[in-house]
Amino acid sequence: MSTLYKTNIIKILLNHIPIILLFVSILNNFDFNYLNLKYFSFNFSYILIFYFSLKRSASLGYTLIFIAGLFNDVINGTPIGMSSLMYLLLCGVAAYLRAITLSVSLLKDWISFVITLLVINSLSFIILNIFLNYETSYIDQISNIIFTSLLYLIFPFLFNFIEDRRSAW
Amino acid sequence: METSRDDFVIAIRSAFLKKETQQKFSILTLIIFSIIFLILGEINFKPINYIKIAIKEIAYRSTFIVSVPEKFIKESYYKIQSHLDVYEINKKNELELKELRAKELSNDFLALENKRLKEIVDDFLVEDKSTFAKVLSDKNSPFFKSVIINKGSKHGINLGSVALDKKYLIGKVVEVNFATSRVLLLSDLNSKIPVILEPMGHLSIMSGTGKNYGIIEYNQNQTRIDGDMIVYTSGAGGLFRSGIPIGKIDINSFENEDQKINFYSDFSQLKFVKILSYKKEEN
Repeated sequence: MSTLYKTNIIKILLNHIPIILLFVSILNNFDFNYLNLKYFSFNFSYILIFYFSLKRSASLGYTLIFIAGLFNDVINGTPIGMSSLMYLLLCGVAAYLRAITLSVSLLKDWISFVITLLVINSLSFIILNIFLNYETSYIDQISNIIFTSLLYLIFPFLFNFIEDRRSAW
Repeated sequence: METSRDDFVIAIRSAFLKKETQQKFSILTLIIFSIIFLILGEINFKPINYIKIAIKEIAYRSTFIVSVPEKFIKESYYKIQSHLDVYEINKKNELELKELRAKELSNDFLALENKRLKEIVDDFLVEDKSTFAKVLSDKNSPFFKSVIINKGSKHGINLGSVALDKKYLIGKVVEVNFATSRVLLLSDLNSKIPVILEPMGHLSIMSGTGKNYGIIEYNQNQTRIDGDMIVYTSGAGGLFRSGIPIGKIDINSFENEDQKINFYSDFSQLKFVKILSYKKEEN
């Protein structure tokens, strides 16, 4: 009985791991900033949302992504609704790619991710700087895009590992 | 040609309008919600502000709990780093201590004299309220430099209060919630502080850069600063008390012709901060 109960808990946790990871990364601002590496920063939530929306769309609910965006705005001090908009655009592009793609490859996904990243970061930069008069740095934004793009090539291996473990259960 | 256009429209429709299994809203609906939030949030629409306050109270508390493992790793990393540097730091500290002991002798006299003179010109501010607060989370993101503290309006924290780390200025309170507040750090791009550069007495504006240093953005005499200079708050505008130490001018480094200021306080290491507000001394 107790083994069955434990198995169920682990199963539920593994099923919800993408959304748990998303909220933990947002609440924790998971970006290794304490290493104090000059210009190093990346957006883990973009990688996670794009990957799971593209590969396992059922793992992340759009409403939960919307709420996660609101939390991210509150924590980072950005105008409320900004991150939700960016996350949902990312989901939209991933869903579009899922609908039109027949053969899957990491390289194709990566190219789509980079283009999407450039578009949504430009959009966020325009909204923040032009419409809302927030000052942000070009260089930090560019380095963030570069590192996020590069790390997209690494994180899928980790996510695949998690998915394999989930399937095994 | 017509077929490929149709395919594109179908794919877009299925991506943005179709509700997936167990989804209550389509992406388009939620995008519209986000835009509404963004617009209403900017015009300070009351219900949105209440939602914001509720999310803040939940998010700030949960961020403290969730960041415990990362904080542990971070602290271990800093501990190891400080152990490695201990010999060098000790040598430097010994030299500094000797210099400081010599300076301290004349310091008390100067402080008393300064207080007497300021009282004459009715510019002497005394501490009104001081509170120690714990740093719940330091969102050291490359875009926004702020910390969240565990004291809010119920502890008497006011908007615009000064935040200090030991005796050094680190920022000011820009957001007060019921049990938490946000301190905008001096290093944030949107932080502008009126300062005085001593011993020359140049008035200037210090601006944050989004990195771990500030810059002298406007210099009263438009002169290049050579030599050792210490940056204090000037007290101009009545926002801060004058004479709170901020940092030191780095004479060898520049950012776009602006001179860099190395802050005395390390903003990545903040655990407790002192929140102060000032008032004029009553005779």
